[in-house]
Amino acid sequence: MSALLAYFKPDTSTASGTLLAPARWRPLEILFWLFALSLFWLAPSKVLLLNEIAILALFALSLDLILGYAGIVSLGHAAFFGLGAYVAGLLGKHGLHDPIAGLLIAGAVAALLGFVTSFLVLRGTDLTKLMVTLGVALILRELANKFSNITGGADGLTGVTMGPVLGLFEFDIFGKTAYAYSLAVLFILFYIARRLVNSPYGLLLRAIKGNALRTGAMGIPTDLRLVTIYTIAAAYAGIAGALLAQTTQFVSLDVLEFHRSADVMLVLVLGGSGQLWGAVIGAIAFKFMYDWLADITPQYWLFWVGLVLVLTVLFGRGGLIGFYQTGRDWLARRFKTGGAQ
Amino acid sequence: MLTIFFDGFAYGMVLFVLACGLSVTLGLMNFINLAHGAFAMAGGYLTVVLMNRFGVSFYLCLPAGFLASAVLGGVLERTLYARLYTKSHLDQVLFSIGLVFMAVSAIDFFMGAQQQLITLPPSLQGRVDVFGISVGVYRLFVIAICLVLALVLQLILSKTRFGSQLRAAVDDARVARGLGINVNLIFTFTFAFGSGLAGLGGVLGAEILGMDPTFPLKFMIYFLVVISVGGTTTLSGPFLASILLGMADVAGKYYVPTIGSFIIYTIMVVVLIVRPQGLFGRVNAR
Repeated sequence: MSALLAYFKPDTSTASGTLLAPARWRPLEILFWLFALSLFWLAPSKVLLLNEIAILALFALSLDLILGYAGIVSLGHAAFFGLGAYVAGLLGKHGLHDPIAGLLIAGAVAALLGFVTSFLVLRGTDLTKLMVTLGVALILRELANKFSNITGGADGLTGVTMGPVLGLFEFDIFGKTAYAYSLAVLFILFYIARRLVNSPYGLLLRAIKGNALRTGAMGIPTDLRLVTIYTIAAAYAGIAGALLAQTTQFVSLDVLEFHRSADVMLVLVLGGSGQLWGAVIGAIAFKFMYDWLADITPQYWLFWVGLVLVLTVLFGRGGLIGFYQTGRDWLARRFKTGGAQ
Repeated sequence: MLTIFFDGFAYGMVLFVLACGLSVTLGLMNFINLAHGAFAMAGGYLTVVLMNRFGVSFYLCLPAGFLASAVLGGVLERTLYARLYTKSHLDQVLFSIGLVFMAVSAIDFFMGAQQQLITLPPSLQGRVDVFGISVGVYRLFVIAICLVLALVLQLILSKTRFGSQLRAAVDDARVARGLGINVNLIFTFTFAFGSGLAGLGGVLGAEILGMDPTFPLKFMIYFLVVISVGGTTTLSGPFLASILLGMADVAGKYYVPTIGSFIIYTIMVVVLIVRPQGLFGRVNAR
């Protein structure tokens, strides 16, 4: 028991303790995953929405890796999401029905595209990066549209059939397996990302974001590090897209549209970028907001999304996570001064 | 063949008027304003309302569209944009995308989602023969206006006192302030002027490009292509880039309609890979 308590309260009086502290799992995080799992039984009627949230969270997590940690701005992240979705969809349609294998292949193909295009985002200013990422996504969308004999074009790719997950769990129409599957994938990839950003490599990425010139002067091959993280993030986005294709058994051109890249940015900013939890919290907030807005103003919900975006930029530094941290620190200070009196 | 060439030229000129305001805010003030198309849409829709509901002459709509967008730009700059100059490019991008989303649904709400059409005055309709090529009078009118505008802009930036103050304020805002230049006022004025130009482009383009609520999103790409291919350090860069883009787009859609927009995106990406500062841009030390 005391060992457990010692785990949650790392010794921050030493330098190594302070550096290692963020890597420790906090009780709240563990509670969150348990809660997410329990929703499987608590809210079985909402699993379709929950599945969408898990996929969006994974997609936002992917953007967070390059934007929040490495500081690469991207307006075309949907390129990898869409590619993953089409690869998984096509595999499912043409014979390979095993979901896990499809997921891995989709992730690998997206990673390959990420690796190739990563050299394009190393050069130029923020504007150039925005334009190049946007351009890549647009080119992919045009390709998907033109090769409609393969992708189904504007009608979408239908006839995707999926075998049972691990050979045991069949996909059902209520989305129960889908949610469990997506949540498991999200958890595993979240765990890996968490290890990654708390490793020396993750610290390096933040150093590059802070000042690439100085990091380079320390003898670190910054370009190589950025290529690596861009490739990893692309694989994440590809897997997110593959999850969508597999669980809905349908792929449309929508997965490559510009609004998808913009939405995922909004998710990240809403939740707080540069924090892995920001992606998850942002995805939850975004989906519920979207659901609610689409309910009250089906046609004009975009207006409110825009308003939230503007307000978040103007007033909400660090998004919901930042808000939570400010509140927590404030409470901690209150608590401390109260205890001293 | 030559008619397509000519139409592409006119199309490119409209793109230039639309985009040159953005080139000023983005290139000179270093602010990524994706909402630029929204100001153009404001000008375009104002024309539609004025002409179709109140029967105002098209010629009057030109200055009206310019002024209305300029005022709108000036007000927004003072209240919102000015807070974002010092923020990161990401914040600027998100903020302006948010504005675009709001503008798109607001127009949808007030005007409906359908495409708006205007009827040009009879003096601008029809075609004339120029050196044996049959060209639309309106296209000719647009090209004339745009050429004059481009010339005037270049003169303002390079020859007038305001132009040199603006360039000084952009090069180093602190030193410019120390020299007694009112940087904030100059930025507001420049932003308003850029938005006004977008509005004017919207009026001119209402007939050529068509006006519907998704206009800012649809043409955002084109503006950014013009700016990134042309570079932002000069006015002549975007000018040449918009003509190239206009011709490539019109010719591409005419000859190879199946891969029309594909060509443009590819060209953009290739140009940006080979020359990140744009085809005509200089390498900027900053």
